[in-house]
Amino acid sequence: MELYRGPLDVKEIFGRWLDEEAASNYGAYIPFVGTIRAEDDIEALSFDIYEPVLRAWFDAWQERAKERGAVVKMAHAIGDVPVHTSSYVSAVFSPKRRVALELIEEFVEDFKANAPIWKYDVKNGERIYAEDRSTPMDGSGLLA
Amino acid sequence: MVKVEFLGPIGKAPVEMEAETLADVAEKLKEDGTVKEWLPKCAVALNDTMVSDLNTPLKDGDRISVLPPVCGG
Repeated sequence: MELYRGPLDVKEIFGRWLDEEAASNYGAYIPFVGTIRAEDDIEALSFDIYEPVLRAWFDAWQERAKERGAVVKMAHAIGDVPVHTSSYVSAVFSPKRRVALELIEEFVEDFKANAPIWKYDVKNGERIYAEDRSTPMDGSGLLA
Repeated sequence: MVKVEFLGPIGKAPVEMEAETLADVAEKLKEDGTVKEWLPKCAVALNDTMVSDLNTPLKDGDRISVLPPVCGG
């Protein structure tokens, strides 16, 4: 798992991941790129990350992927990411395509629901929590 | 004493308190009007491991994190 301050260098990351697994005998490599869209007059999105829990979440996913003979990778941005640049990339490598196609969906969806990352719209230089697009994590409400 | 930290957009400084279980922490946090509004939609980690049981015992120096709704990507 890789974390970067600001937008991701998508080509460098995907190229490097391809090189890393070049001799691993995986038949399928499925990348996912999340790009910031221009909407609602935002200049950028901005992200806070709680790294210890994110690493634990990702390590658990690595184990789940390994049980199916696959590998998952991800990179995410911290701080401001301007429109038309990337804040998140992930990928699955697997021996055959079916596992990779299934895993990339499960992994990205669980990422949206349970990775400890908080998103803010940036308008006129101000960060505004994207509350209406955010999801309570599994187990929320314990202290209520 | 245990330390309670509030992550992401909650925007509140950490607080320290005496607590034997997470239920004690819940009771004390509900006394803070701003925090109380966040609690129904927040998950909880104890020393960076997610927890789901209010009876979880606490010891001196434990760190509790309150995690509001997320949206990565």
